[in-house]
Amino acid sequence: MTVEFCGLQLAHPIINGSGTFDAIAARRAFGAAVDVEFPFAAYVSKTITVEPRLGNPPPRLWESPAGLVNSIGLPNKGLAGYLTEDLPELARLPVPLITNVMGSTAVEIAQLVEACDERAEISAIELNVSCPNVKTGLDIGADPRQLEEVVRALRPRTGKPLIVKLTPNAADVAACALAAEAGGADAVSLINTLRALALTPVSRGGPSVLSSPRSWLGGGTGGLSGAAIRAVALAQVAAVTERVTIPAIGMGGVRSVTHARDLLDVGARLVAVATESFRDPTVGARIARELDSRPSPPLSYGPA
Amino acid sequence: VIDGPVAAAVIGAGSGRTTAPFGRRLLTVTGVDELGAYRVLRVADPDGPMPDPGQFAMLATAEGWGGGEDERPYLPRAFSVARWLADRRSRRSPIGGEAHYLMEDVGPGTRRLCELRAGEELWALGPLGQGFTASRDGRRALLVGGGVGIAPLAIWQDALECEGTLASTVLLGFRDGSRAKGAALLRGAHIATDDGTAGHHGFVTDLLAEELERDAHATVYACGPPRMLEAVRAMCATRGVPAQLALEAGMACGFGACYGCVVPRRGGGYLRVCVDGPVIDAAELASIEEHAGGAGGTR
Repeated sequence: MTVEFCGLQLAHPIINGSGTFDAIAARRAFGAAVDVEFPFAAYVSKTITVEPRLGNPPPRLWESPAGLVNSIGLPNKGLAGYLTEDLPELARLPVPLITNVMGSTAVEIAQLVEACDERAEISAIELNVSCPNVKTGLDIGADPRQLEEVVRALRPRTGKPLIVKLTPNAADVAACALAAEAGGADAVSLINTLRALALTPVSRGGPSVLSSPRSWLGGGTGGLSGAAIRAVALAQVAAVTERVTIPAIGMGGVRSVTHARDLLDVGARLVAVATESFRDPTVGARIARELDSRPSPPLSYGPA
Repeated sequence: VIDGPVAAAVIGAGSGRTTAPFGRRLLTVTGVDELGAYRVLRVADPDGPMPDPGQFAMLATAEGWGGGEDERPYLPRAFSVARWLADRRSRRSPIGGEAHYLMEDVGPGTRRLCELRAGEELWALGPLGQGFTASRDGRRALLVGGGVGIAPLAIWQDALECEGTLASTVLLGFRDGSRAKGAALLRGAHIATDDGTAGHHGFVTDLLAEELERDAHATVYACGPPRMLEAVRAMCATRGVPAQLALEAGMACGFGACYGCVVPRRGGGYLRVCVDGPVIDAAELASIEEHAGGAGGTR
């Protein structure tokens, strides 16, 4: 079941969501099997920023009903560290590499995109626009006009496929997808995590009851992912594919081949597996295998 | 075919860690032993590699994972391997054995795992992470454990005794006498309890201070709650005693993907407990905070 995606030929339509599978760490845990049985048809890196980031103080995780609230804070080695230390490691993967980048200013984003454009190991660039504009405080990706401007400015800077990772925390996600397309994006991917909050547990009635609620996560608010968000993802992907002509990567709560088929059925070209890989790192391969096997023909009860 | 009570854990030759098979595997519970407030889950793992002492596995029950309190659990839970009994038939190869896990019901995930009975199934991913490293400088081994954190010290004691030349002293602390029954997991343990219902009335670090006072030519191997580990870390740092600490942290994956289980590194930045640990040289750690990796969110 090979798939064409922005000029890339992929073995199947299952990839990973950015920041949910660290191929380099996976080699430390599982050895060479990671490369031999790589579960995804393309590999999306975690988000890279210009400067190194340590990430948010712990705690970073909260398990919610059928989901996970995280506040990781995009820890990464920065652009230079990524290019010199991680890229050679990721280039050894048996699949095309998509590098995810985020900048907080137009200059930063341009710098990231140009640096990726120069590297043959990188097949496509994904733009994380779930980042507040330093002036307005609004997510760049939540404002269609601003998003279109950002993409339009980047478009001449790279000939590689440019994927815009949309934020679900917007009034009209389809309008944002249209804006990305109008700016010159080759594809959109969605959904990112939904903004969420987890409170520090208090022992009710005990001496340690807090006078006011306090966030459990060291970073304040977090993002919700996992099975809990699948229906939201399906609705947003359907709304986006109805409006845009560029391909979409659908993701959000995919745990099985049925869930992947749902997203493909509403028009996604590729499907990303994210939080489910935390529960089972090879689930992507299983879904791809099951997608490939034709549904069994109906049973015949008599001579044909 | 289990090879009796003789554990097969051995000290690695320092050639890196044992890697896990890629993908979780469905295993069968062979038995459950009650140990006071704790349970020891015995699991047949015919295709699992023999873990390094200190390594852990991510566990989830095959049935009924989810749908509990607040529709949790959802993510698998991390457990140190407490003991490994090698299958007789594979004595020569390090594959296949019975893994033991020490459990305490502290949340929806551990509660569901504690309900498992012989014959029921669970998913396991592992062995994961970096285990203990034997000191080669002639220092005696001091094993210091607290609560359910005594688990990796049991397989470490097995390994040190297999090595033969290394005598170990075991100091364990518990909240109360019911939990102190967990000390049966190790041999020859000196016990402290917070409430004085068993052993020394006080903290295990009181026992550690006495031991170091007597003979500080030791390496400390410790695992327990953050407050205990911080006390051990500080005590060892003050006296110049090398220490390896097995840390607990809430984690979503166990193999470096989620970046959720970090602890502050000395000098800045963070270490991932799952791939940089769970056993970390105390000298690499900043002070260990109460919520370390935030286990409360994913119990």
